[in-house]
Amino acid sequence: MLEEFTSILKRRMQGLSFPYSKPTWPGSVERPLKASKLGVNYDSAWSRRYFARLARAGLIDWVARPAIGTLAPVRVHGVDYLDSVDGPVIFAANHSSHLDTVVLLTSLPDRFRHRCLVAAGADYFFDKTFKAHLWSLATGAIPIERNRVDRKSANLAIELIDQGWNLIIFPEGGRSPDGWTQSFKPGVSYLAKKTGVPIVPVYLHGTRQVLPKDSKRITHGATKVVFGEPLHLEPDEDLRDFATRIETKVYELAHETDESWWKARQGAARGTTPNLNGPKGSNWRRSWELKARDLDFK
Amino acid sequence: MPRPGFLLEVESSSPPTLFWHGEGFRLERLPVGSRVLYPPEPLKALENPRGAIREALRSPVGDAKPLEDLLFADMKLTIAFDDVSLPLPAMKAPDIRQMVIEEVLEIAARKGVDDVVLIAALALHRRMTDEELRHCLGSRVFDSFSPHGLLTQHDAEDPDNLVHLGLTSQGEDVEINRRAAESDLLVYVNINLVAMDGGHKSVATGLASYKSIKHHHNPQTMVNSKSFMDQHHSELHSSNWRMGRLIAKSGVKVFQIETTLNTNTFPENFGFLQKREWEWELKDRLGFIGASKLLGHTPRRVARSVFHSILSPHAMTSVSAGEVEAVHEITTANVLKQQNIDVEGQSDILTMGLPYICPYNVNSIMNPILVACLGLGYFFNMYRGRPLVRQGGVVIISHPTKWEFHPVHHPSYIDFFEEVLADTTDPVSISERYEERYATDPWYRHLYRTSYAYHGVHPFYMWYWCAHALDHLSQVIILGGERRSVERLGFSCASTLDDALEIARHYVGSSPSLTHLHSPPVLMANVT
Repeated sequence: MLEEFTSILKRRMQGLSFPYSKPTWPGSVERPLKASKLGVNYDSAWSRRYFARLARAGLIDWVARPAIGTLAPVRVHGVDYLDSVDGPVIFAANHSSHLDTVVLLTSLPDRFRHRCLVAAGADYFFDKTFKAHLWSLATGAIPIERNRVDRKSANLAIELIDQGWNLIIFPEGGRSPDGWTQSFKPGVSYLAKKTGVPIVPVYLHGTRQVLPKDSKRITHGATKVVFGEPLHLEPDEDLRDFATRIETKVYELAHETDESWWKARQGAARGTTPNLNGPKGSNWRRSWELKARDLDFK
Repeated sequence: MPRPGFLLEVESSSPPTLFWHGEGFRLERLPVGSRVLYPPEPLKALENPRGAIREALRSPVGDAKPLEDLLFADMKLTIAFDDVSLPLPAMKAPDIRQMVIEEVLEIAARKGVDDVVLIAALALHRRMTDEELRHCLGSRVFDSFSPHGLLTQHDAEDPDNLVHLGLTSQGEDVEINRRAAESDLLVYVNINLVAMDGGHKSVATGLASYKSIKHHHNPQTMVNSKSFMDQHHSELHSSNWRMGRLIAKSGVKVFQIETTLNTNTFPENFGFLQKREWEWELKDRLGFIGASKLLGHTPRRVARSVFHSILSPHAMTSVSAGEVEAVHEITTANVLKQQNIDVEGQSDILTMGLPYICPYNVNSIMNPILVACLGLGYFFNMYRGRPLVRQGGVVIISHPTKWEFHPVHHPSYIDFFEEVLADTTDPVSISERYEERYATDPWYRHLYRTSYAYHGVHPFYMWYWCAHALDHLSQVIILGGERRSVERLGFSCASTLDDALEIARHYVGSSPSLTHLHSPPVLMANVT
């Protein structure tokens, strides 16, 4: 029925002439390569307008939160650290699952949640129009170029933070390939430098077990979101050093989750905080050790 | 990076071509093999126009000192500026004149200059309304000067406020505004939209009297300006330059500030106007269909006021200040950088669509005389080298050309159309037999001086603008024009493009070549 209707419509449209139909292209004029409207060029401005925000708030509060509460109940720690900041802030978290964004978004206090954007890989989330629209609407995603230096996407993020938007960013530049954390890239420090806003380190735990990378199946399991104390870029601090400081802070939060706050503080003071990069060596050893951690967490 | 101008050779696969048609549009299929000239895309605007203005005032060109060094406490400073005829359409606030004048006044205030007067350089144009002055100068300037009578408009018929500076080597009277001539410094703030604007013409015409202007606004000068837009082949230009040099020699110190605009002429909603038809996207097509349908069902008066309320997103591309000729050389280069397109060879027929506006009907009616002037005076003359159409060729103009006049703005036009054109359309004969009577008519003079009317002689000048084209062409055809007014102009009327081409074939042969001037925006064809 629908196909029949579409073909009738197409036939009708073919009978129409310009300007009711597309213009014909003169044979002698070379067709320019069209600048893609996807990837970093995707214009997500519409998703920050009132009605899109209203729809997103409805989706997050009435669909995502109950769903996460059922499938991956979240325990949230360290929210009190956010009381000291007025916003905007950048939330920098470790990343091992697609669930991370939703879990983190739904765990944010109201004043951050309803004015929050997510830096999402332009090549992955914005490669198709449908996906770009969906992620922009559902999570407030903005395209970020993660494979090379791109001023356009960085400038957009800076502009939006300057306008008062909070930003969730995963400084690893993508989900962990094997479950261990990758080094934090200095892009997050660059944003902090350009905007002057604090970085809130966040440790996310358990999401990989619920929805592992390359899996389409969700397994029920508990998750944890731990917020750390907001960090500021020191006046003479190197951007890479600041990225490492954020990364270390996330490890401390992980340590706190694995053991206790006090142990984590002691570890930090002694410089013995375990990192989450995993052991160096063969892949099986890395997986073996990760499995052991997972068992401890359960 | 804006694309340069483009010359399309129409093929069977080419989409129809857009023609302006007064307060509407037409889509016409041009014969295969016709050429369509698409203007260059708008140049990038200056990022910091105010900074550029300050820099220009600090570092003038030619034999001129920085403005700051020319100002002193007890001096008499006059700032003259271009009137409402520029730019077209009026630009979004802040107008360039506002930005420039504010910067000039900032310096004047710093230097303790008290005696400052602003003059709108009207020449023989109508006076500007307060609303127009406020838009062009901004509220800060308007409210500071207007209430104290220090914001004035040049009156070319006020003998007490004119001063005769002498005769040029060709015996041309040079008579300009007394206040401007007797000031310690005359700062002229100009907007250059086409290559003809600016230079010595700013003062020598803008602030001159009828006695002075008539020396270059006459059929002989116009026929010998090939074209007005090409300084090196324009008698109009030469005459103004002679006068300008005499003004300088008489001791009038002019500090010229010239600006150029890009051709970003219409706002986003009318984006289709400036796009090549085959590049129209859905929103352009919807915009065109919506605008055409809506305008088709809108009373012309309403459509006209809608169009005249459009403010152009024009932006400044250059500003230079200092000695008149040195400044104007830079300005002309910048204008050509924006508008130039190289064209090889002339054609038998030139087609053009005319908009609702020309320099002389801002917030007014585009009457048939102005249609002729815009088509044959302006568009036809947008060339260097040779005209786009060959000697003996035909011009086809698309415009409704209604028998309609603005009674306040164009009173002498009405009589010119009824009386003069009914008798003859020959510019020389018109000039000899009628000009003086209209120019010295006390009623027209009164309306020019106290109301908002163009000078009594103005319709003559508009007709003289056409002199070169009328001399060059064998026929002018108005497509979609009102028959009786077109016939009064001495042109032919056609209701369809096919009809117009059929008529044209009688004059140029059975298989004519055709060039279409695609506008907006304006372009300058360098024809070899």
